Amino acid sequence: MKPLLVKGSEAIALGALAAGCRCYFGYPITPQNEIPELMARELPKRGGVFLQAESELAAVNMLLGAASTGVRAMTSSSSPGISLMAETFSYLAALELPAVVVNVSRGGPGLGGIEASQGDYFQATKGAGHGDYHFLVLSPASIQEAYELTARAFDLAEKYRQPVMILTDALLGQMKEPLKARKIKPRTYPKDWALTGARGRPGRILRSLYLGPGELRARNELLQKKYRAMRREVRAEVFGTEGAQLIVCAFGSLTRIVKEAVQKAREEGYPVGYLRPITLFPFPERYFAPLARPETRFLVVELNCGQMVEDVKLAVCGKAEVELLAFPPSDLPTPEEIYQRIKKCLRKPRSSLRS
Amino acid sequence: MPKKAQIFPSVLRERPFHYCPGCHHGIAHRLLAEVIEELGIRERAYGLASIGCACFLYYYFDVDICEAPHGRSCAAATGAKRARPDLVVFTYQGDGDFAAIGLGESLHAAARGERITAIMINNTVYGMTGGQLSPTTVVGQRTTTTPQGRDPQHYGHPMQIAEILASFPGVAFCARVAVNTPKRVLEAKEALRKAFLAQLEDRGFGYVEFLSACPINWKTDPVEALEKVDELVETFPLKIFKDLS
Repeated sequence: MKPLLVKGSEAIALGALAAGCRCYFGYPITPQNEIPELMARELPKRGGVFLQAESELAAVNMLLGAASTGVRAMTSSSSPGISLMAETFSYLAALELPAVVVNVSRGGPGLGGIEASQGDYFQATKGAGHGDYHFLVLSPASIQEAYELTARAFDLAEKYRQPVMILTDALLGQMKEPLKARKIKPRTYPKDWALTGARGRPGRILRSLYLGPGELRARNELLQKKYRAMRREVRAEVFGTEGAQLIVCAFGSLTRIVKEAVQKAREEGYPVGYLRPITLFPFPERYFAPLARPETRFLVVELNCGQMVEDVKLAVCGKAEVELLAFPPSDLPTPEEIYQRIKKCLRKPRSSLRS
Repeated sequence: MPKKAQIFPSVLRERPFHYCPGCHHGIAHRLLAEVIEELGIRERAYGLASIGCACFLYYYFDVDICEAPHGRSCAAATGAKRARPDLVVFTYQGDGDFAAIGLGESLHAAARGERITAIMINNTVYGMTGGQLSPTTVVGQRTTTTPQGRDPQHYGHPMQIAEILASFPGVAFCARVAVNTPKRVLEAKEALRKAFLAQLEDRGFGYVEFLSACPINWKTDPVEALEKVDELVETFPLKIFKDLS
């Protein structure tokens, strides 16, 4: 297969098309406009629907309507637009609609900037809207992975009747790499919930209002049970953790820089391992737990003021020290900066946790 | 003795309405059910239950129904209709849902000429939350948040949504109706039928606004409420504003 040279945003759109996405709704925002623009060219050719909405609010509700009919549908946006969609995210989760949302995030808070940032980690993984709910969140680190994970997102969304978010950023969205756009065979799941017209059956209802005694609790317990079941989908990239005194953790596009620093340190003989969560929710705790020992230290590197570090701390559960190397959104760090911090971490005396 | 089917629309579920005495939702529901039945579209119907007194739409209609967040029914209806054009999609919204929080989605769906049918129950107040000011509260009308009456210096004048929508080329049928007299009930049903035909014949956006009574929040009894609807007609004329059939 001849590789294509495409941007991350285009790889996401191609992954969605390969997975059989039939409807795209969105509102323009930098740095993700390649997604709607590619969809506007390609979807109508394939008998699908492209519709530019009057706002992100409208776009995400069009997504809700399309998803409720059992059709594969998506939207994409960037940080401020994702914030605007937050109320409906809660409804998508409550109605258990399979829908795919892409956040090519940018710097915040407020208007912030349009550079790469990982400041939306909390928003993506903890639920931006109201109530107890989660999206399943996938975080690609390469153009190829952006394609693969987007395609997978549609299967996971249907498998769990669950909204899925692809969380990436301007760095991955805007850079070009070769992509092998392999053919994808979408999985099929029963859709006995979809609103397709009550032909020969009673009307179906998709609702989230539960006023009867105990109803809402039961509803929430059911959702939580599903979120626990989704743990079987957790994925992470790991290397060099055996005998490592320091494990460097990062996610998404930043790992391209982090990995280079880790590899340099390893080539120089430093006992450094690497752990990259690919699913951000559910968080891949089971990759962390066996590595959490008093003699091991974790260094979490993020392109924000420190968000994933909280999940790492929960995952290691006080059994190892966790440090943060945070780069608030602006310029990107160099591998050298991270490499220097790795060396500094290793020079520190062994953890006080050891006794 | 007439058969049950003749007096009770098959599209309605046999369940008592939760609406207050004298509320017009019940009549609007019945008309909608009759029109769906008579047009033979029950098996293609897709309804959106919006936030407000009619959020329990799905308890009463035996058709596929999805809930939409407050104000977003026309956007969700757009998504459903575009995804499956064979569905006959309708929204059922109040004046707060359609014309306040959801005005953007409502107007843009109409401007695009979405092949959907939007029903707006205009009772000039927020019914479910206890009778607050709405975009269609008339000048001088007392509500819980305009205890001295709506002051146009402070809140401006009520919005005449049917008149606004009629100016959109994408709107194929647009009418304001009332159900406070038997004659008007029959006219309202005919308007609903035409608003669905606009969709079924692929002509454009169909809109029917019901000028409706809310005796509880108007602090009237049901009979007085019928008379008050007549007063509201001065601000909200009953009319077919547009019919491109």
